[in-house]
Amino acid sequence: MRHAIKKKEASCACYSGGADPMHPRPFRVLEIWKELSDTFSMSLTPEDGGPVIFAPGQFNMLYVFGIGEVPISVSGDPTNRSVLIHTTRAVGNVSKALDSLKAGAIVGVRGPYGSEWPLAVAEGTDLVFVAGGIGLAPLRPAIYQAMAERHKYGNIAVLYGARTPEDILFSKELLRWKARFDIDVQVTVDRATGNWQGRVGLVTKLIQSGGFDPMNATAYTCGPEVMMRHVVDSLHERGVPLDHIYLSMERNMKCAVGFCGHCQWGASFICRDGPVFRYDKIVDTLNVREL
Amino acid sequence: MTSSHGAVGQAHSKAHSAKETSIPVGTKVVIDEAGLSALFSRLIKIGYQPIGPKVRDGAVVYEEISSPSDLPVGFSDEQEGGKYRLVPGTKGSFFEYLVGPTSWKKFLFPPRHKMWSADRDGKGFTVENPTDDAPAYAFIGVRSCELNAMKIQDKVFGFGREDKCGAGIFSDPGYVARRSKALIIGVNCSRAGKTCFCSSMGGDPHMKEGQGYDLTLTEFAPSNGKHEFMMEVGSERGALILDLLPHREARSADVSMADSQARKARGEMGRKMVPDVKDVLPRNLRHQRWDEVAERCLSCANCTMVCPTCFCSTVNDTTDLKGDHAERWRSWDSCFSIDFSYIHGGAIRRETKSRYRQWMTHKLSNWHEQYGTSGCVGCGRCITWCPVGIDITEEAKAIKNTGE
Ligand SMILES: Cc1cc2nc3c(=O)[nH]c(=O)nc-3n(C[C@H](O)[C@H](O)[C@H](O)COP(=O)(O)OP(=O)(O)OC[C@H]3O[C@@H](n4cnc5c(N)ncnc54)[C@H](O)[C@@H]3O)c2cc1C
Ligand code: SF4
Ligand code: SF4
Repeated sequence: MRHAIKKKEASCACYSGGADPMHPRPFRVLEIWKELSDTFSMSLTPEDGGPVIFAPGQFNMLYVFGIGEVPISVSGDPTNRSVLIHTTRAVGNVSKALDSLKAGAIVGVRGPYGSEWPLAVAEGTDLVFVAGGIGLAPLRPAIYQAMAERHKYGNIAVLYGARTPEDILFSKELLRWKARFDIDVQVTVDRATGNWQGRVGLVTKLIQSGGFDPMNATAYTCGPEVMMRHVVDSLHERGVPLDHIYLSMERNMKCAVGFCGHCQWGASFICRDGPVFRYDKIVDTLNVREL
Repeated sequence: MTSSHGAVGQAHSKAHSAKETSIPVGTKVVIDEAGLSALFSRLIKIGYQPIGPKVRDGAVVYEEISSPSDLPVGFSDEQEGGKYRLVPGTKGSFFEYLVGPTSWKKFLFPPRHKMWSADRDGKGFTVENPTDDAPAYAFIGVRSCELNAMKIQDKVFGFGREDKCGAGIFSDPGYVARRSKALIIGVNCSRAGKTCFCSSMGGDPHMKEGQGYDLTLTEFAPSNGKHEFMMEVGSERGALILDLLPHREARSADVSMADSQARKARGEMGRKMVPDVKDVLPRNLRHQRWDEVAERCLSCANCTMVCPTCFCSTVNDTTDLKGDHAERWRSWDSCFSIDFSYIHGGAIRRETKSRYRQWMTHKLSNWHEQYGTSGCVGCGRCITWCPVGIDITEEAKAIKNTGE
């Protein structure tokens, strides 16, 4: 029962480069912009001019001088080797400090860490991305990659649920994707406000009607843990095999290199065996309360 | 764990340059008290900082020591669930005591230490390593279970691993540096305590050849003014040190005296771990027993602090008043604290039963999957130092007997 998903050698080219895996590498903030009332994105470039290499699904530890360090998934395009993009919800100490930075500021970066959304295993199948809230950010690199190699896959569905229309992340981009016609983008909100014309209801409803062949699909889901449980149930109900479903887990993390012990979940260290897991391998762990 | 390991401490190389030795690894000799004194002065002379047992505040703890007179001379101890008491032992004995509340991990993986500091400069900031001023330690009095615990932490922190960074596996350079420099002088247990259970965790009160010590002592109880120790050489490093001490060859009588001491200690083992605990626990994550133990457990974290293998830590970031100088400190943490599992929205393991379950299943089961070894060596510390006497062997047995 090994939970790890095979990683590329990418984890060897860790940004922290030097001998000490706990040393942050300085990156400069190129731009920082608001996405939603509580969510922002920033683009970063390494001060040492080296490349930015990561696989979709991986995350970095972002350090704000003197304040602290938090795990944040990469949300940018994996084919862009010069900038790193992170999308963060400002919820506490460190994430709010990140939010208050200006272009030109220096952020410490360690990473990339963790397992990736495996797309290679899905070649020839339909792809289903199911995201809730901020969970669209960690999935976006995988969506970019799938679109960049569109011919390798069957149908592609992006199913996204947000609390209200004001909470829809990357809304302009979702519209652009929708306009491509070779990808099925559907958005729903829990609660309609203003002049919302779109769907209202849980993201699981989109699964029931989504345009993909469940017997020949690979699904990737990211969002609050309860939401992911329901998503898996719905996918399974439609007939997607459990070993074709991947999800990304979140736990407290202090080091991201397997020393601090905080991210343990059953026998897994989420920082290195995860955050992306294949559902059938962790179903027993997921079903135990407070593990 | 021989001298072939990577980073070479100053003391280590000094010991090497002293001279060549013809004493092979595995040699058994006998030294007396004068030999033991000579060992201390030798170690200090070649640059080691001796660390060993010492009586402080009613317990045997590991601290800096400089001669045999610092040892717990004439002390023994009584241990039970939630109880520890120093008592008079054989007059003049040095090593009759058993393991106390401290372990060697506090030297290799310090309870609190600075990981790095950073200073703002014109463009941003630069990160610097603190100069590691930890000396080369000579650990005197390492018990067999404790050496096993050290080897378990070696796996956690990546000491002795060939691949430095791959598949998400990393090494902690500070730990590796301190560990490579450390000299290990073991002491075989002349007795076992009521909370000991190393035998059922794959260990033994006496060291085995190749276990990873540099030198090991077996103390023969002092009588009629004679106080001798059998010394076994475990590494070339150890041989170089022994070479300079007054000693005589061990006779077969010495060897059989040591063997009978080992048999006696094995027979005295106070506790026992149920054999297939590794597979039993994951099947019983919803067992009633977790609720029962949680009624007694105070979530005080004592068990994790005294355990020689527990490795969890947290970090703390600070700045000076001007905000130009920042530091990151790492300190021991415990899965028994509520903040340990905090993520935005609240802690994952809110209930004591989830925290106790995390600790115990990690120790006895998940560790196997993570590191290919149990996380428990059967030293008994968590039983002795639990304020309410919760006993990991008892809990395991109860779950096995009544679970799936
Ligand atoms: C693998 C991974 C990827 C993530 N990706 C993203 C992302 O792309 N965008 C995003 O907005 N958030 C992401 N998160 C969550 C994000 O790390 C937390 O929101 C953040 O740590 C909160 O820290 P804080 O100091 O602002 O909040 P506080 O509430 O002040 O937290 C205090 C400390 O608790 C810990 N902590 C709190 N919440 C979390 C959490 N949810 N996960 C892990 N540790 C936590 C951190 O060590 C933090 O410093 C991710 C978490 C993980 C584990
Ligand atoms: S779990 Fe208890 S008996 Fe086992 S090594 Fe840790 S302190 Fe010793
Ligand atoms: S088991 Fe005992 S020592 Fe451990 S946290 Fe509970 S009360 Fe404290």
